[in-house]
Amino acid sequence: MNEIRVLSPTAILGYGFPVASFEEGMRRDPHVIAVDAGSTDPGPYYLGSGKSFTQRSAVKRDLKYLIDAALERNIPLIIGTAGGSGARPHVEWNWEIIQEIFAETGQTAKVAVIFSDVDKDVVVRKLYEGQISPCGPVGELTTEAVEEATYLVAQMGVEPIINALQEGAQIVLAGRAYDPAAFAAVPIMHGFDQALALHMGKILECAAIAAVPGSGSDCLLGVLKRDSFILEALNPERQCTPMSVAAHTLYEKSDPYRLPGPGGTLDLTDTQFSALDGGRVEVSGTKFVPTPRFSVKLEGAKPIGFRTVSIAGVRDPIMIGQIDDILAGVRQRVQDNFSDLQNYSLHFRCYGRDGVMGDLEPTPNPGHELGIIIEAVADTQDTANTICGFARSTLLHYGYPGRKSTAGNLAFPYSPSDFPAGEVYEFCVHHLMELDDPRELFKIEWRGE
Amino acid sequence: MRYVRDVAAVIRSKNAGPFELTFDLMFTNKHDYDEVRQAITPAKIAELYKIPEENVLKIVHFEPALAVKVTIKRPRASGALGETDVYGAQQHAPLFELTY
Repeated sequence: MNEIRVLSPTAILGYGFPVASFEEGMRRDPHVIAVDAGSTDPGPYYLGSGKSFTQRSAVKRDLKYLIDAALERNIPLIIGTAGGSGARPHVEWNWEIIQEIFAETGQTAKVAVIFSDVDKDVVVRKLYEGQISPCGPVGELTTEAVEEATYLVAQMGVEPIINALQEGAQIVLAGRAYDPAAFAAVPIMHGFDQALALHMGKILECAAIAAVPGSGSDCLLGVLKRDSFILEALNPERQCTPMSVAAHTLYEKSDPYRLPGPGGTLDLTDTQFSALDGGRVEVSGTKFVPTPRFSVKLEGAKPIGFRTVSIAGVRDPIMIGQIDDILAGVRQRVQDNFSDLQNYSLHFRCYGRDGVMGDLEPTPNPGHELGIIIEAVADTQDTANTICGFARSTLLHYGYPGRKSTAGNLAFPYSPSDFPAGEVYEFCVHHLMELDDPRELFKIEWRGE
Repeated sequence: MRYVRDVAAVIRSKNAGPFELTFDLMFTNKHDYDEVRQAITPAKIAELYKIPEENVLKIVHFEPALAVKVTIKRPRASGALGETDVYGAQQHAPLFELTY
């Protein structure tokens, strides 16, 4: 085998792709179709609540094409971080969609479902054994955080996926996975260079985002050779350039020369990006530096209460001129009125001043109008509704010095004006955990035929 | 004194995981990249964002993309109470005031 061709249809399963691009990709006779289905970017709610940030019908639409093509060509389909966050409910959600497709089309396949949920007892034991450390600027892990997390997942590397493939999986539905793992598993299984396979996976996981013009909903093909890999956009409107591919290496990373992952770090110090004909780019020179102990990233989010928001605008210049004093006065009124309630937080956002950047805003000067979001988070939805509603009605009729607009202070775009937003979560685990065996946490369940 | 915004092709921000915020400044030619990159210091970033200098975690020069990458500590974990930008995609504007 001289090369392995990996087709990445879209940046996130459910983000879609043009059928023409996908068909072009299938004409290149790929050895595997791999797709990333997750990200922590949409915030802690999705991991914490067990829900997907992608839409069910959009995921189904993409999967229909992928399953159909993979089964027809008898090549594996690998899905990483199923359901957006890769915990058990996310994986089961995705499995239900696959079952639904099977039922509709009469297809079936040998499906390996790999769970990445970690037993809390295991984490606590590893914590006491000193095998858990912070990942980035986050404090030491505590047993409280472990207990409070609704789901705890670990990012698997390629090893459990390779196991599943060796045992004959036609479809691998993986829980939380290191993004490149789904793309690098087949090449590494066939003995291709680990560093190049992972680096190629790192770029393929975002599909055509690495092309110009970039797109998260279009296909990219990676061709891994023995000493390099080649990237090619499959839509004639896009091409890969050394700049676009190198630039993508920066994306969502803190250091483009050193990209840490399960078991080691990709070192890009000597990486070369060169242009080939046909809008293709060849990449070589990347190295893999193993860490002394194999570590995986742990992720978890915990519930912190329920949120209600109210959205309104202010156009009165006299009011805008003293908005901070007015909001402080409203806060005081809320406190006085509900002195028996302690467990809530009340937050006012002023768009048109510092709504986007908060404390980081260097020029917090209000414009001629302000968008105000009143936000209450409390231990019950009822309390959050109460605090938000009271703050809203107080602000609406608040009397401030020099007030001329005595009929009401707020412009509401909606009736009802307040929106219960449900449970709120916060990331509470973002740590590295050492393993004795890269496969030890990740259980494979066989489903389908 | 010139503005970096006048020579940079890309000025962007994004989460690098839920606890870090990363900025990319990319240039179209090596001359601009070389001229500007030395001027981007932790002190200048700290001043623009009014944050302590130790919260500027890393500045990396990445020649293959003619890029300077700056990573700071996020004001709070992504999505935590008080969050203003879950993806961190609109925190770059102060860099438009960066000079060299």
